[in-house]
Amino acid sequence: MDGMHDMGGVDGFGKVEPERDEPTFHAPWEGRVLALQRSLGYARAWSIDAFRHAAEKLHPIVYLSASYYQRWALAMQHALVERGYVREDELTGGHARQDGKHFDRKLTPSVANEALGRGSYYRQMQGPARFKIGDRVRARNIHPATHTRLPRYVRGHVGTVDLIHGCHAFPDSVATEGGDNPQWLYTVVFDGPELWGPDADGTVKVSIDAFEPYLESA
Amino acid sequence: MSGHDHAPASELADVEARVRALETVLTEKGYVDPAALDLIVEAFETKVGPHIGARAVAKAWSDPGFKRLLLEDASKAVRPLTHGWRVGDHLVAVENTPAVHNVIVCTLCSCYPWDVLGLPPVWYKSAPYRSRAVKEPRSVLAEFGLTLPPEIQIRVWDSTAETRFLVVPMRPAGTDGWSEERLAALVTRDCMIGTGLPKNPKELA
Repeated sequence: MDGMHDMGGVDGFGKVEPERDEPTFHAPWEGRVLALQRSLGYARAWSIDAFRHAAEKLHPIVYLSASYYQRWALAMQHALVERGYVREDELTGGHARQDGKHFDRKLTPSVANEALGRGSYYRQMQGPARFKIGDRVRARNIHPATHTRLPRYVRGHVGTVDLIHGCHAFPDSVATEGGDNPQWLYTVVFDGPELWGPDADGTVKVSIDAFEPYLESA
Repeated sequence: MSGHDHAPASELADVEARVRALETVLTEKGYVDPAALDLIVEAFETKVGPHIGARAVAKAWSDPGFKRLLLEDASKAVRPLTHGWRVGDHLVAVENTPAVHNVIVCTLCSCYPWDVLGLPPVWYKSAPYRSRAVKEPRSVLAEFGLTLPPEIQIRVWDSTAETRFLVVPMRPAGTDGWSEERLAALVTRDCMIGTGLPKNPKELA
C-alpha cells in the first residue's frame, strides 16, 4: 500500500537526532511490547509480514504520532482483534472474558532463546532466476493496495542487479495469507541521479532488495 | 479497534495502562507466559548487543580467513559468536574501502541486524533517518559528525527484504599487533551501521 510508512525521500522531517547513552528501553512498557510481539510471533499468531502490514494500516496521523513501540502495541491490538484472538471489550476491560484460541506453540522460559533468533526465509526454488548479476532492470510501477516491499522511490527507475540471494518467501503473498509463493530475491542498485534527478549527488548509489515480481528487463 | 473510527489522540493515550491490560488479557487467555516475557526483556537488555558485531569486525580485521568467510556468508561466520540464539540466515557483511562507504537504512519499517547489533536506536527508527538516508546521505552523515571526502562513493543499502546488513569498517591505522579484544573496543555500533567510523586508537592508547 502507498502508506505513510514508505518514507524514503520524503522531505520535511528535520534533522536526525542521536541520543547519547541511549537506554535499551525508555520505559518498562516498551520492553513488554517487544516481548509480547516476539512471543506472539513464536506462537505463529501472525507472520512478520502480516505484522508489518498491521502497522502500515494504522491511520497516517497515528503512524506518524506514535513512537516505535506504541506503533507495535497498536498494530498488535488491531491484529489480535481482526484475527479473533481477543475481543475489543477484553482489551478495554483489561481482562479475558472468554477462553483463548489454540496455538500450536507457546513461548515458555525453557524455549525463550528461540524467540531471540531469526527464522529462515529461504524457500524451495520454483524455477530458474530470470535475471543475473549485471542485468539492467526496471522497478515496476506498481501500487498494490495491500502489503508490498517495493518502496515508491524506486518505482519506474532503472538499476543493476548486484547480488542474488536465492528464493525467499514473498511478503506480498504472505501478508495477505496467500502462502509463501517463493520468489527470487535480488539486490538492485540505482545511481543517485536516476532516483533523485540530475542535480542529485552522483557519488551516491542506493540499493534495495527486490523480489523478482517487482522487476522487469530494462 | 478498527483503526479508522478512533481519534488518534485516544489511541495514543495511557500507553502504559493499555500495554498492562494487553499483557493481562493475553496471559489470561493462555497465549503468553510472563516469565518468558521477562527473559526476553532481560536478554535484550543484557545479552544481545553491538558487542557481538564488534567481535566479528575485530576478528575480520585480525584473521583474513574469517574475513573471507564473513564477506561470503556472514550468518555462518557470526553464528559461533552469539550465546545460544540463532543468527538469521540472511546476514550480509558489506566492506568499506578507501573508495566506498556503506550505510544501512530501512525506509519501510526499521529492519536492523538485531542478531549482531541488538535493538536499533531511536534515531534509526525515526522518520528523519528513514526518509533522508536514501536521498541525502552525506548531509545525514554530517549530522553524525562524519564528513566524508567528496570523492568517496556512498552506497546506501535499504533493507527492504529479510536480508540484514552489517558494515565492516576499515581497520584504523596505528593498530598493528593489537589483540582482537582491544580492536573490538574500537568498533562502535554506529560504525557498523555506517553512520560513524571506528574510534581513534589514540582514545584507547
